[in-house]
Amino acid sequence: MKRIGVFVCWCGSNIAGTVDVEKVAEHFRTYPGVVHAESYQYLCSEPGQKIILNRIKEHGLKGVVIAACSPTMHESTFRNTVQQIGFNPFQLEIANIREQVSWVTEDKDSATSKAITSISQIVEKLKGNEALDPIQVPVTKKALVIGGGIAGIEAALNIAKAGYKVYLVEKEATIGGHMAQLSETFPTLDCSQCILTPKMVEVARHPNVELYTLSKVTKIEGFIGNFKVTVHKEPDYVKRADCTACGDCAEVCPVEVPSEFNQTLKYRKAIYIPSPQAVPTIYHIDPETCLGINPIKCNKCAEACERKAIDFDQQPEDILIEVGAIVVATGYDLYDKELMAEYGYGRYQDVIDGLQFERILSASGPTEGKVLRPSDGTVPKRVVFVQCCGSRDPEHHKAYCSKICCMYTAKHALLYKHKVHDGKATVFYMDIRANGKRYEEFVQNAIEHEHISYLRGRVSKIYQENDHLVVMGADTLSGKRVEIEADLVVLAMAMVPGKGTMELAKLLKVGYDENGFLNEAHPKLRPVESLTGGVFIAGAVQAPKDIPETVAQASGAASKVLEMFGQDYLWKEPTIVDVDGSLCSMCGNCVLVCPYGARSLNKEKHIVEVNAVLCESCGACAAACPTGAAQQRNLTDKQIVDMIEVALEIK
Amino acid sequence: MPENTKKELNIKPEEILEIIKDISGQDVYVCYQCGKCTAGCPMSENMDIMPNQIIRLLQIGAFDELLKHNTIWLCASCLTCTSRCPKGVDLARIMEAVRLLLLRQNVAYLNASDIPEEDREELPIQALVGAMRKYSP
Ligand SMILES: Cc1cc2nc3c(=O)[nH]c(=O)nc-3n(C[C@H](O)[C@H](O)[C@H](O)COP(=O)(O)OP(=O)(O)OC[C@H]3O[C@@H](n4cnc5c(N)ncnc54)[C@H](O)[C@@H]3O)c2cc1C
Ligand code: SF4
Ligand code: SF4
Repeated sequence: MKRIGVFVCWCGSNIAGTVDVEKVAEHFRTYPGVVHAESYQYLCSEPGQKIILNRIKEHGLKGVVIAACSPTMHESTFRNTVQQIGFNPFQLEIANIREQVSWVTEDKDSATSKAITSISQIVEKLKGNEALDPIQVPVTKKALVIGGGIAGIEAALNIAKAGYKVYLVEKEATIGGHMAQLSETFPTLDCSQCILTPKMVEVARHPNVELYTLSKVTKIEGFIGNFKVTVHKEPDYVKRADCTACGDCAEVCPVEVPSEFNQTLKYRKAIYIPSPQAVPTIYHIDPETCLGINPIKCNKCAEACERKAIDFDQQPEDILIEVGAIVVATGYDLYDKELMAEYGYGRYQDVIDGLQFERILSASGPTEGKVLRPSDGTVPKRVVFVQCCGSRDPEHHKAYCSKICCMYTAKHALLYKHKVHDGKATVFYMDIRANGKRYEEFVQNAIEHEHISYLRGRVSKIYQENDHLVVMGADTLSGKRVEIEADLVVLAMAMVPGKGTMELAKLLKVGYDENGFLNEAHPKLRPVESLTGGVFIAGAVQAPKDIPETVAQASGAASKVLEMFGQDYLWKEPTIVDVDGSLCSMCGNCVLVCPYGARSLNKEKHIVEVNAVLCESCGACAAACPTGAAQQRNLTDKQIVDMIEVALEIK
Repeated sequence: MPENTKKELNIKPEEILEIIKDISGQDVYVCYQCGKCTAGCPMSENMDIMPNQIIRLLQIGAFDELLKHNTIWLCASCLTCTSRCPKGVDLARIMEAVRLLLLRQNVAYLNASDIPEEDREELPIQALVGAMRKYSP
C-alpha cells in the first residue's frame, strides 16, 4: 500500500480555533496506509514546507495529504514545493478543512469529526492517484487585443514594444474609446485628447501592431497558446492610402445624422470622420445612412474627391489570424437615461448625461467648448448635477457603485464654474467616493474654491416648467426637502459593460457577473486573468474604473501575456478525462456535454478523441458517460466511490 | 389634525422594530438614508421632520423622539416614496405600521365627535371613514 503522510495545518487559529488539530493528527497515526501524521501552525510558511519535504524523505512517503485551506489557495504552492525533491506533484492532495469545515461552524466536536471525514476521503482518493506528467502546449507568440480604448491601446503598445506581434481589433472607425470623448481629466485636469492622441498614433504606427477598425471578432477556436480567430472587417468604402482627410466629400454629402462621437449633440454626414483626431485619420462611409452605397443614386462624394479615394465596391472581409493570447478591453457604455422615468429623459432636451456634458466642455465638441444648453443654445446659469443615477439602486437599476462618477461630477461642476463664472452649480450626492491619489483634495478644492453647493440626498423627480427644469431633491444633512430650478441637468449615469460584451464573453468562454462585467480569475490575486487560459481582461469591461486604474490593469494584462510569451511551452494540468476504447459505445454523450469542445467522435476509427489541451478537467463528460468508459485521471469512478464509502462509514 | 401628545407605550423598546417588521414586512436597516423618499414626498412641506428621518430614528432606536413629530400622521400613503426607493423599502408601510402600533394601544387620535358639525356634513363620507380608519383604533 502507498505510504501516505497527513499534515494538518492550524492556519493560526483559523482552523485550530475550531478543529482539534492534534486529535485529528492522532486519528490518522493509526489509519490504514498512513505512515506519518502531524499538525503544524502554518504549513504554507517556509519552515512548514521544509517539514513536509523532510518527512517525505524520512518516511519514504509516496503520497501526501495537506489538510488546510482551499486548494485554489495553496494547492500549487505545495505541489511546486514537493516537486523540488522529485516527488510527483499529483501524489499530493489538499483536504479543505478551513473554508469547508472550520469557517462554517463554531461547534468544535462536529468540526473535528468533519475534518477527520474530509481527510479520510482525500486519503482514500490519494490511494488511487497515479503519478502524472503535466501536458506540454506550444505557444504562438502573437496577441489579439479586442477593443481600442485606452486599455486596449496600452496593452497593445506594451506587448508590441516587447517585440511581439499584436492585432488590435476595434469595432468603431477610430480607436481611442471613451477617453477620446472626454474634455479634461481628473484629478489633474489635463486635456484628454492631448495625452491620448500621441498614444493612438503610436500604436497605429508601431511596426508590430496590425490595426483593424470597423472590425469585430466573430469566431474563436483553439486554446491557450493556440487560438484561431476570425475577424470580420466592414469596409471603409474609402481607399486608405489615398484619403488625405481633406473633408471635401463630407461637404457635399446630403445626409445628416446625429454624431455618435458627439453623443448626438451635433450632426455628421454619411461620409465622415468621427473626430479630427481619429486614428486612422480617414473618412469612411456609414453604409446604413449613405443613400445606398449605390453610385447611381448619389455619387456626390466620389465626384468631389480629387484623389478618387472613394470606392463603393469594397467588400466586407473575414480575416483569419492565429494568436497565443487574447486581451479583452471592450470597455463600458453609460446606462440608458431613458430608463430613468422620473428624471424625464427623452422628454427634456436639457437633461443630459455625463458624456454629453464632456462633449459640451470639449474644445472640439459641438459647442467648441462653450457651455451652451442643447434646447436653445443659451448659457445655463443654473446647473444641477445628479450623482448615482442608475447606480446604487438595487430595486430598479444597478446595485453597484460606478466608482468614478463622484470624481467626474466634481470635475464637471468645477469646469462649469471655470467657464461660467456667475453660474450656480449644485450637486446632489449620497456619499463622495474620492479614494484615489489626490482625489479627495480635488473634490474639496472644488467645493471650497468654486462654492459648489453639495446637497446630500437623492433626487426624486425632474420636470420641465416653462423654459427651465425643476429638480426635486432632499438635503438630508439639514433634514429639508428642496426644489431647485435649473437650466441644465447633468445625470451621472451608471457605467455598464459595453454593448456586445456578453456575446463576446460567450465566444471567448469567459465568465461574466450578474451585471455583465467580465469575471477575473481571482478577485484579489488574479485580477487581469480570466478563468479561460490565455484570455486576459483589462479596463472598464471588468468593472467601472478610471483611466489610471485602466492603464494599470492593461499593463498588468500585457505583462501576463509577456509572461506566457517568455516560454516556448506551456504546462497544463494532466487530470483530463480519458476514454477506455473497450468500454466506449460511441453514444456521443460526452461530446455533447463538453463545454470546451475538447471531445469529438471519430467514426472511422470508432473512438472518441480527446484534445488534452482543450480539456479543462471539469468532469462533465465523465458524469455523462453511461458505460464508464470516460474516466478522469486521478478522479476515477472507483476513487469517487471510495470517497463516498468512507464518508458514509461503509468502508 | 391629531395632537401628537406622547402616550405611554407598554412595549419594550427592543421589541418595537420586531413589531414594525411583523406589521409591515419591512426591515428599517435596509434604508441607507439617501433621502429620495423625502425628495418626492408631497406632504413634506407640513411635516416637522422628513420621511427619511423617521426611518433614521427607528434605526437608532429613538422611538420616543419619533413620536414627538407629526410626520407619521401627515403621511398620505400616496406611495411615492415606496415606488421610488432605490432600496425597495416600503416606507408607506412603515409609516402605517408605526401608526398601527400606536393605535393598538387603544388610543384614539381622532374622535368623530371632535370633528365640527358643519365639517362632518361637508366632508365626503370616504374621507370620514378613511380618517377614522387612519387615526383611531
Ligand atoms: C462622463 C465621464 C467622464 C470621465 N472622466 C474621467 C476623468 O476625468 N478621468 C479619468 O481617469 N477617467 C474618466 N472617465 C473614465 C474613463 O472614460 C474610463 O476609465 C476609460 O475610458 C476606460 O477605458 P477602456 O479602454 O476600458 O474602455 P472604453 O473607453 O470604453 O474603450 C473600449 C473600446 O472598445 C471598443 N469595443 C467595444 N466592444 C467591442 C467589440 N466587441 N469589438 C471591438 N471593439 C470593441 C469600443 O468601441 C472602445 O473603443 C470618465 C467617464 C465618464 C463616463
Ligand atoms: S461613484 Fe459616487 S456617484 Fe457614482 S455611483 Fe458611486 S457613490 Fe454614486
Ligand atoms: S428612499 Fe428608501 S433608502 Fe432612501 S432614505 Fe428613503 S427609505 Fe431610505
